[in-house]
Amino acid sequence: MNLEPTEEQRQIVATVRRFVREEIVPLEAKLDPDASELTKEDFDRLTSKVRAMGFWGLDIPAEYGGAGVDLVTRTLMAVEMSQHRAGLYAPCYGVFGSAGLAQLYEATQEQKQRYLYPMLRGEKRGFFGLTEPSGGSDPARAIRTRAVKEGSDWIINGSKVFISGADRAHFGLVFARTDAEKGRSGITCFIVDTDMQGFHVRRVVHTLRSSHYATELQFEDLRVPEANILGEVGKGFAIANDRLSRQRIPYAAACIGVAVKAQELAIAYARQRETFGAPLATRQAVQWMIVDNEMDIRTSLWLTLAAAHKADSGQPYRMDAGMAKLVASEAGGRVVDRAMQIHGGYGMTKDLPFERWYREMRIRRVGEGPNEVQRHLIARDLLGAGLR
Amino acid sequence: MAIRMQKPWIELTPEAVQAVPAQLGVYQLAAPDGAVVFIGFAGGRSLFGLRSELERLLGEHPEGATRFRYEVNQQYTTRHRELLMLHVADHGALPMANRADPPAGLGRLSPL
Repeated sequence: MNLEPTEEQRQIVATVRRFVREEIVPLEAKLDPDASELTKEDFDRLTSKVRAMGFWGLDIPAEYGGAGVDLVTRTLMAVEMSQHRAGLYAPCYGVFGSAGLAQLYEATQEQKQRYLYPMLRGEKRGFFGLTEPSGGSDPARAIRTRAVKEGSDWIINGSKVFISGADRAHFGLVFARTDAEKGRSGITCFIVDTDMQGFHVRRVVHTLRSSHYATELQFEDLRVPEANILGEVGKGFAIANDRLSRQRIPYAAACIGVAVKAQELAIAYARQRETFGAPLATRQAVQWMIVDNEMDIRTSLWLTLAAAHKADSGQPYRMDAGMAKLVASEAGGRVVDRAMQIHGGYGMTKDLPFERWYREMRIRRVGEGPNEVQRHLIARDLLGAGLR
Repeated sequence: MAIRMQKPWIELTPEAVQAVPAQLGVYQLAAPDGAVVFIGFAGGRSLFGLRSELERLLGEHPEGATRFRYEVNQQYTTRHRELLMLHVADHGALPMANRADPPAGLGRLSPL
């Protein structure tokens, strides 16, 4: 496996790095430290620049107008794109475009016309409604939202929690149980318009990630036509799982990008800050923290690139993607923590980005499948499918 | 935590504002008839948090505001949006003094 970047990848990395440092970081000096959005004027201006660079729509398939980059290149770009204060959850504030709900690429032509294409044009927003108060890591058992067929429609009742963007969405994918006896084969995915009667966003769920909130949803006799089923009745679980492994790779890469930036700031500060007549960088305690950071960063980076390489070359990569997500999210937390320690009191302030990264990095160990679930899946792959 | 702010109203005077902590958080201003006329926040770039934000508004009294209440809150950005969405859900529109500069992409809530 050769993970040495190609010349083209090196140029792409240099371009994205320059974009982040020259276009994104200066804007952050004026934004609130917890901001997650640019002004419309800045967003449109930078989106135009990204389009001109040919990088818009990184996660959108080329046949739908996306950049069509391979996953190794995508990983290298994600590492660069997250190297700013908002970078973990809002890399470059979204000016590289979003794939939105990738599950819609499997939709019918009519559904694509109504939902996918408007979403890709930025005219409609969607949400992904899987997690329920009864749990999110084991949807096959946790989903209690029910859909019952009535004539040619389905009537949905239930609730969802930790759903991002539902309050601003025009539609969403809602996973509901259509057969109580069939476990994971009893789950169906419905496309739900948020202006349908019976759809309610009941409350905001505040979290450590103070720049974004989640929402809690309630469905009360929400009537959805049969034509709004995504895929087939009883096949929703596969839709929910589709692309999860793939998404874990850029997810890991964003953790690495933040860690790289934290390390860069820690090294600069250790060289400049003096205590007892000598720079911090001369103190072994600080040196070891810097060394441990570097080992965490490199371990995460190689694992993530290896997972991306396997995915690009058509090899099974679920275990590798899970491992990359697990290692990068835990290593990222350690690196940010050490960088804060090196910065002392300033590391705790909102003057610097560490406190935001510290809070947001904690969530990465739970998001995209908790790390304990990743360990469980990896163990299952190593020990055999009989392990439950 | 109650989703609607339930703190007691305080007269918007220099003495009262001086007693406000220099913390991050959200606040509301009300007209004499009790109507909420502005919902704001003191973010990470505010000099003295809620106190300096309210001091700035002392000279302006937006929409005739005479009272204020506040909530110390580290999640000031999401709480601010939540309060704005609640106001729209309850009253059908943003507070008067928020209308000139509405936040982009404000969501919809239908609280119980």
